[in-house]
Amino acid sequence: MNSTKQAGVLATKRAPARPDQPAAKGIRKQAPATPWLFLGPYLILFVAFVLVPIVLGAWISLHSWDYTLPLKPFVGGQNYAELFDPASAQSQNFWGSMKATGIFTLFSVPLLLTIPLAVALLMAKKFPGRNFFRAVYFAPYVLGVAVVAVLWRYLLDNNIGLVNYYLGLIGLPDDIAWTTSTPAAWVALIGVTVWWTLGFNAVIYLAALQDIPAELYEAARVDGANGWQQFLNVTLPGLRPVLSFVTIVTLIASVNMFGQSYLITQGGPARETRTAIYQIAETGLRNFSMGSAAAMSYVLTLFLMVLSMIVFWLFREKREKKVTK
Amino acid sequence: MTYPKRSFRKRFLSAGTLGAVALLALTACGGSGAQQTAEQEFTGEYTGPAVELSYWNGFTGGDGPYMEQMVEDFNAEHENIKVVSNTMQWADFYQRLPAAVTAGEGPDVGVMHLDQLATMAARNVIVPVDNLVSGLELTADDFTEEVWNAAVYKDQRFGVPLDVHSLAMYYNTDHFEKAGITEAPTDAASFEEALVKLEDAGFENPFWMPAKWPAHLMNLSLLWQNGGDPYNAEEATATFDSEAGVEALNWQTSIIEDGYSPTDVAIDSQYVAFKNGETSITWDGIWQLNDLDASGLPYAAVPIPVIGEEDAVWGNSHNFFLPRQASADPDKQAAAQVFIAWMSENSDEWAKSGMIPARESVRESGVLDGLPQEAIAEKVDTLRFLPAVPGIGTVQTETLEVAVSNAILGEQEPEEALTEAAQQATTLMEENQAAFGN
Repeated sequence: MNSTKQAGVLATKRAPARPDQPAAKGIRKQAPATPWLFLGPYLILFVAFVLVPIVLGAWISLHSWDYTLPLKPFVGGQNYAELFDPASAQSQNFWGSMKATGIFTLFSVPLLLTIPLAVALLMAKKFPGRNFFRAVYFAPYVLGVAVVAVLWRYLLDNNIGLVNYYLGLIGLPDDIAWTTSTPAAWVALIGVTVWWTLGFNAVIYLAALQDIPAELYEAARVDGANGWQQFLNVTLPGLRPVLSFVTIVTLIASVNMFGQSYLITQGGPARETRTAIYQIAETGLRNFSMGSAAAMSYVLTLFLMVLSMIVFWLFREKREKKVTK
Repeated sequence: MTYPKRSFRKRFLSAGTLGAVALLALTACGGSGAQQTAEQEFTGEYTGPAVELSYWNGFTGGDGPYMEQMVEDFNAEHENIKVVSNTMQWADFYQRLPAAVTAGEGPDVGVMHLDQLATMAARNVIVPVDNLVSGLELTADDFTEEVWNAAVYKDQRFGVPLDVHSLAMYYNTDHFEKAGITEAPTDAASFEEALVKLEDAGFENPFWMPAKWPAHLMNLSLLWQNGGDPYNAEEATATFDSEAGVEALNWQTSIIEDGYSPTDVAIDSQYVAFKNGETSITWDGIWQLNDLDASGLPYAAVPIPVIGEEDAVWGNSHNFFLPRQASADPDKQAAAQVFIAWMSENSDEWAKSGMIPARESVRESGVLDGLPQEAIAEKVDTLRFLPAVPGIGTVQTETLEVAVSNAILGEQEPEEALTEAAQQATTLMEENQAAFGN
């Protein structure tokens, strides 16, 4: 009773006051244009580089589209049908590249979620030279993919590279063809990618770690929790919001892998390390089969959307569980 | 409370119109590809107002400085023409040129490879140069038949050859001396003998067999030497899986099996190894001459040995072309023709870049005397070129290159790899024929 009364009083008090306030009215008058002015610059970019390409891409995928040719005949769903016709060369190449993308994502995402976390946990500790080490771990991330790829392509060369040379010096096999045979090429590509991008995830983890209140750890210690228990019950829950962001971003980046295999293995051996983006770029930009490439992009997008939804759902589900505890 | 609602509707509307306008604009751009400008009469000189020509090429390697020098010389000689060159990687070049020309932003003149002319002509990116060629009084007599004919697509000429270039055999002269080899091998037997001698002299892997570029060019050369032909242009079929092709690829893999080459030679490794003195022989393009000179390596360049029955080697040629212009400026077109004519006549300077001038009159003038490619230039008649089939470049990267690489890496038997790839290539060629309306 009491609370509803209070609310009612508040409401009646506020309501009549509003229309009489000149300041509020002034703001309201300018409102229609102002937000649009603020939105405008980005909206133009968004429309030009996101909305229009989405619509145009769908339109292109329904045509046999070679922009250098005068005729771009409408073919309906043929580009899609070809992708799902196991006999066509287009579909073999495309699903081969999807498989390559799958392999890469499957192994690189878990590594890129755990190793940076370990690095961040280390870097969160207080020790001399901490800032230096933080910089060292982040450093590779500022390099461009071309630099990273050319560097590692020569280091990993099985005949003239340093990696095999040092492996040989410490008595390990020194004839692994890192860039010309699978699965060694996958180990190389995933390893290079982890080395290159772990700094980014580590920095995000580090920021999130510093946001977890020290009192929680103190309370856990008072309750007798050991280091591992603190990590499980304080650190991980504290990281959860960041974790979902990091997972999605890493997942998308992995599915979009292109530069590493383009420059280090050139998609080889044969087409085995050709990723989906590689295949799409090759089909659309080098072979000018834009229609087919657009269809591939949409299939890939669909996969990415389903994957992203699964990730969101996974993280949501855990939160609900916690509530029911 | 009503504002947000109205705004939402407005937003939706405005976004919709914006999108529609942009879409219209984009499709309008795409639709303008059909018009074609007629080629101008060639007058031999340019007397009009001062013009600036944009000149695109892909000479990013050791050949670049020589091209720059030629452009500078041309500019110095022509007061009213200023040529501005734009140099980019060849791979980017072939991607950018169609895009730029379609958008009406193409160059005024450019250079491209012979095997790309038909593709670009079919895509309506370049225009015929027949008038220019007859105005220049260029005839087949001044060129080898092969290179002259390969620039003709659908009875029209699309390129003016500047040079020809081919694969060559490079060898480390120190290694050869230590192994007691006095003469460069010229056939299968002497090549094998040289490899054995080099191995005996302690050079463990004297001839690295690359899995990638230029493996397919070696394969093509050997196929031609075996009397085969990689493509049948008339029937639009791939024939590189013929006996000649399989034999060629078998020879390549045998180099690895016999231990003359390590396995899994990754892209460019064989060249780096050669430069470092780790391997004794390598086959590569003659455009590497300047790079090898600069490295200080003791080396010599000779024609590749005849492993098969005929003397033949893969070759290509840089050709001047005229792009289709969205809005034709007669002054610029006339100036571009003058530029091509001058460059063709003064191609002696170009010989220093390691290339072989395409014109016999220039070759015979003594410009090649003492240059490292002299020995290769003498055998210019043995150069073989890919046929003028539109889309052949892509067909080859997607099929032959993959097959050769697969066989050399030991993933597939040569015959199986080639048969599979040739089937794919034929399908692609048929598709291309339909797309280009041949």
